[in-house]
Amino acid sequence: MFDFEMLWSNFPYLLKGAVVSLQVTVFSIIFGIILGLFVALGRLSGARIIRFVCAAFVEFIRGTPLLVQIYIVYFALPQLGVQLDPIPAGVLAIGINSGAYNSEIFRGGIQSIDKGQTEAARSQGMTYWQTMRYVILPQALRRIIPPLGNEFVTLIKDSSLVSIMSVHELTFRAKLVAARTYNYFTMYIGTAIIYFIMTFITSKLLGLLERRLRISD
Amino acid sequence: MIKVDNLHKYFGRLEVLKGVNTEIKAGEVVVILGPSGSGKSTLLRCLNLLEKPTSGKIWVDGQEVTHPKVNIYKVREEIGMVFQQFNLYPHLTVLKNIALAPIKVRQKSKEEADSIALQLLDRVGLSEKALSYPRQLSGGQQQRVAIARAMAMQPKVMLFDEPTSALDPEMISEVLNVMKDLASEGITMVCVTHEMGFAREVADRVLFIDGGVIVEEGRPSEIFNNPKSERTQLFLSKIL
Repeated sequence: MFDFEMLWSNFPYLLKGAVVSLQVTVFSIIFGIILGLFVALGRLSGARIIRFVCAAFVEFIRGTPLLVQIYIVYFALPQLGVQLDPIPAGVLAIGINSGAYNSEIFRGGIQSIDKGQTEAARSQGMTYWQTMRYVILPQALRRIIPPLGNEFVTLIKDSSLVSIMSVHELTFRAKLVAARTYNYFTMYIGTAIIYFIMTFITSKLLGLLERRLRISD
Repeated sequence: MIKVDNLHKYFGRLEVLKGVNTEIKAGEVVVILGPSGSGKSTLLRCLNLLEKPTSGKIWVDGQEVTHPKVNIYKVREEIGMVFQQFNLYPHLTVLKNIALAPIKVRQKSKEEADSIALQLLDRVGLSEKALSYPRQLSGGQQQRVAIARAMAMQPKVMLFDEPTSALDPEMISEVLNVMKDLASEGITMVCVTHEMGFAREVADRVLFIDGGVIVEEGRPSEIFNNPKSERTQLFLSKIL
């Protein structure tokens, strides 16, 4: 059933796909972090309308499938005249999706910092942004990194969804080889193992980072 | 230095300050006394606009800080505040706690801010703690650092919001001594405190607040020895 020889001979080809998967993941997470930060600040804003828009955004994104969101970005937006290449479309869709989840992580982290910290900074004449930048976020970051790491692992897996746009990432390449060789079992089990190795190493590295942060705390 | 005119503050429907009027002169040390829930902390926090007054006017150093167009940040630069819970920045060393605002807000160079910070640390007797983190200090030491941090902005007024209430008894005097030192230098101070000894010894004037208004004010000797209002008498009889 499992043809190791065949997997091995296609391994370099798959590995190139894994690199693409990781690229999509990294760009998505960067975009998702930036978006998530702004949405989190929006949800903590004093202006009711901004709070409402941000909350609605989060609810909508979390309440709809990522696959459908990718379809919207890649197939529906062109009808409005916005045509994106597959990889940017994937990064945009996954990044937006991740941003919604990240915003909740950031919001929790920011809210967990004692109100006295903000008051102390404000009482010294710091602006909102200075307070965030120098006082709140550095403290919140320590609490944000562990759940953000989980999000990173999730995105490695979610990046496989861009295969529907024929992006030559890991899953798409596995599909091509499987269709050519008819050995679906080997290709998909093998692909699953490659994903697992990536997520496993990532979460171990994050665990290390987390421990580092705790020691310096 | 500070003038408060008919200050009202509501939290939702609850009226916490019901028309406070007072004036504090430059260099004066004023202690605010009153039962808990009387509005004394709220009054203090209105002075640097940590609480937004519902109505009424406040002037600090000739500027109306309650004016809608006032630069709230500039106002706060001139008003230092010390909190009950210290509120030091736990991720920064003691030195950086003190130097942060002078660098970011006052735009001082790092060298200048550090030298100010070291001078102030020396003054509060904690020079050797410059590179420690707040959690490595006792409560009394943290509060002394917090005072140094507020002073680093070279404020015109210092506000103290129950600075010794969260401290173990044996640490109270070290903080009060630093405050006495400041008072003797002629800085304008407004303190909410339950330390009657400090009020007697250091205050130029005592304000007794109850039910959101100033019930009585005067020199400490008058307030403590001859309180005129019944509420003041009742309050003092409970705590002295």
